[in-house]
Amino acid sequence: MILDHIFNHDPIVATQRYYCMQIQFVIPSDFKLRSFQLSFSHLINAKEKNNTTYMNKSFADNWSNCIKKLSEDRDVHAFRELFNYFSPRIKSFLLKSGGSVSQAEECMQEAMASVWQKAHMFDPTKASAATWIFTIARNKQLDAIRKIRRPEPEDLPWMESKQDDPSESLILQEEQKNLAFAVSKLPKKQRLLIEKAFYGDLSHSKISELTDLPLGTVKSRIRLSIERLRKELGKEI
Amino acid sequence: MIEAKHHIPNEILVAYSTGTLPEAFSIIVACHISLCDKCRVEVEALDAVGGAILTNQEKIDVDEDSFLKTMELISNSNEKILETEKSSKSIYPNPLKNYIGHSEDEIKWKPIGGGIKQSILFNNKDASARLLSIPAGMELPDHSHKGLEMTMVLQGAFSDEVAHFERGDIEIGDDKLTHTPKADPGELCICLVATQAPLVFNNWLPKILQPFIRI
Repeated sequence: MILDHIFNHDPIVATQRYYCMQIQFVIPSDFKLRSFQLSFSHLINAKEKNNTTYMNKSFADNWSNCIKKLSEDRDVHAFRELFNYFSPRIKSFLLKSGGSVSQAEECMQEAMASVWQKAHMFDPTKASAATWIFTIARNKQLDAIRKIRRPEPEDLPWMESKQDDPSESLILQEEQKNLAFAVSKLPKKQRLLIEKAFYGDLSHSKISELTDLPLGTVKSRIRLSIERLRKELGKEI
Repeated sequence: MIEAKHHIPNEILVAYSTGTLPEAFSIIVACHISLCDKCRVEVEALDAVGGAILTNQEKIDVDEDSFLKTMELISNSNEKILETEKSSKSIYPNPLKNYIGHSEDEIKWKPIGGGIKQSILFNNKDASARLLSIPAGMELPDHSHKGLEMTMVLQGAFSDEVAHFERGDIEIGDDKLTHTPKADPGELCICLVATQAPLVFNNWLPKILQPFIRI
């Protein structure tokens, strides 16, 4: 039935959607396999094999806890941890987005300073720490390096009470970890295309090829989170 | 929140999320996703891809005094607490505030004939954004477009050969579309419109949109 629905449409779109479904179906099972392997290899030397720390089980949630500590206690150690992990990556991202080395360094420092200043606005049920920090770094980069203004949508103010819902934020942080893994495991050509788009370096006609991103579960999680916020907002009014 | 029926094509959302969309069009995207959760989910999911790409970056060296300098930046900034802004009570979503001022009374309307008024919000070499105010029941002369045109209804509604558009809805037009929009009777129709600068011929937006505009 699902396939009928898909193939009733334009054949090119249908093929893209079918491909997209394939990715969504194939990758999750791959995850299980990978995490099974990793739970063992982690004990041996997984870190040496792959220097991306998302292999670490508590990794994603760790960063959202750091931001929470930063927000509540102005905890410099938590900030130092965030800094050690994210600053070399932000700088690398900014360099690939067309900044000079000194611009990238300066812009990274400004982005990390904003992480400190905006820590109280971080909502772990709505975005992962990495996504949230990415949006801060991207906006700094647009401002400082590419001189583009990008209007932001209205905030969805989040409720204090939601802070006490660790399971929701844990699921979201885990899904971000899975997404990072899925992106790293995409066919090389497609992965490079996505990366180029985010470095602002994709010829625009190619953007239309970016239809098969492995985003199914991430979207449903975000949808739930927004729906909950809207409900809470409705109660307030 | 409203249930928009006509949404923003994915390509435009990708360009918005990656920061490559001209500002005039970004204004409309920001306004639309302030009202439309469906497109907001798409944008936030794309942001999550950005987060994934950041996580997957190889580490490169930062300056030795990087952390200290960042702490200096923080201590020099007076620790101002940034608060989230309440959602707009007027028909103009918050992203428009930077362009129209904080009250709708500040909008500078200029008559352009037939009771229709406009207010130009933003204009640069890539594209411009404006508000259009069309009296209830008024029909615009049929017209075509030289580049990409993106319209969002803020108040009232209009119909053309393509469909009926209400608050929050998006209509995309390009050089293939000739239409005669007509405001619904009963209520003043206010739209936010972004248009590509007509003299830019090799711009990319119409090309990437072609598959979507063949309605």
